[in-house]
Amino acid sequence: MAAKVLTVTSGKGGVGKTTITANLGAALASHNQKVVCIDGDIGLRNLDVVLGLENRIVYDIVDVVEGRCKLRQAMIRDKRIEGLFLIPAAQTRDKTAVSPSDMVRICDELRPDYDWVIIDSPAGIERGFRNALAPADRVFVVTNPEVSAVRDADRIIGITEAEEKGPAQLIINRINPAMVERGDMISTIDIVELLAIELIGIIPEDSNVIVSTNRGLPIVLDGKSQAGQALQNIARRVMGENVPFLDLNDQGGFFKQIGKLFSSGGKNE
Amino acid sequence: MSNFMARLAGRNRKSANQAKERLQLVLIHDRTNLSNSVLETIKDEIIEVLSRHIDIESDTVSVEINNDGRQQRLLADIPILGAKRKR
Ligand SMILES: Nc1ncnc2c1ncn2[C@@H]1O[C@H](COP(=O)(O)OP(=O)(O)O)[C@@H](O)[C@H]1O
Ligand SMILES: [Mg+2]
Repeated sequence: MAAKVLTVTSGKGGVGKTTITANLGAALASHNQKVVCIDGDIGLRNLDVVLGLENRIVYDIVDVVEGRCKLRQAMIRDKRIEGLFLIPAAQTRDKTAVSPSDMVRICDELRPDYDWVIIDSPAGIERGFRNALAPADRVFVVTNPEVSAVRDADRIIGITEAEEKGPAQLIINRINPAMVERGDMISTIDIVELLAIELIGIIPEDSNVIVSTNRGLPIVLDGKSQAGQALQNIARRVMGENVPFLDLNDQGGFFKQIGKLFSSGGKNE
Repeated sequence: MSNFMARLAGRNRKSANQAKERLQLVLIHDRTNLSNSVLETIKDEIIEVLSRHIDIESDTVSVEINNDGRQQRLLADIPILGAKRKR
């Protein structure tokens, strides 16, 4: 095994990074992959509660970095989902407690024994983002269909390119098909055209996300929810499968158009 | 009155289209760090330099930024009147 490191990031906060990290991890593990999710949001840890593992934390990533425990001791094994592990963030420290080279070292130690390492990055362009970017093999930039989120995504995509971690791939979260239909929400096709990067996922707005977060159970385990399905599809694309995008009947010929966009050089490189 | 009608028309335009148009401008600015006033200066200086060599229709010169994927390009459109004799 030689794990690939996936970093899930965004410019704006609250767009769905933690939800996506948890579910991508659970979905990949459900395909018999060995997955470690790392909470990169030191001081504001969240991935533990979204995964429902908050009661099992003994050590965190800062304990690893500062030598108070071995890496394996800080890894929490999910008992419901075979093959899924979490390395929690410290809650009482700040982002400077970990450096980019610490993150590279931790990921390198994990690589031989796992298939995927997924890092839940904090929003923004500060130290926490730099930490999450340093070990990345692939970068997923998450945005919502809103002006400010798309604008901030563009900044992150630019920095990812400048740091030679690109090209990033795009996940658009919280699409509301009815709003797109009546012209009150910017569509997937427009966001892809504006940001000019490859799309790897479209996730609809779905109240089941909140329900599953309440329970601490990843929504991908719920086969009926649309968001869960969309997240499963992202996991399969990550594994290299060619999975068509869900028809949210919101895009007005989206599938045809996106084909055109990519074949006419809209995609970078 | 016509002002009022224009505002009404603006309000009736789909907000998604407005979002897209606003983003187009904002992203060009963010990516290049060029303001409109810098573009105006560039335009004036291009006109000045070119005018030393050729007659150009300076009123209709346009200088703008376009994007090609994530690559930004400065496009100058300069109508030429005719070659000027230089001593
Ligand atoms: N597709 C979705 N539909 C509905 N709610 C969502 C969706 N994705 C995320 N949320 C909600 O949005 C909030 C922010 O999500 P979170 O994953 O914590 O974002 P981030 O990690 O980027 O700050 C959470 O309350 C989450 O439940
Ligand atoms: Mg988060």
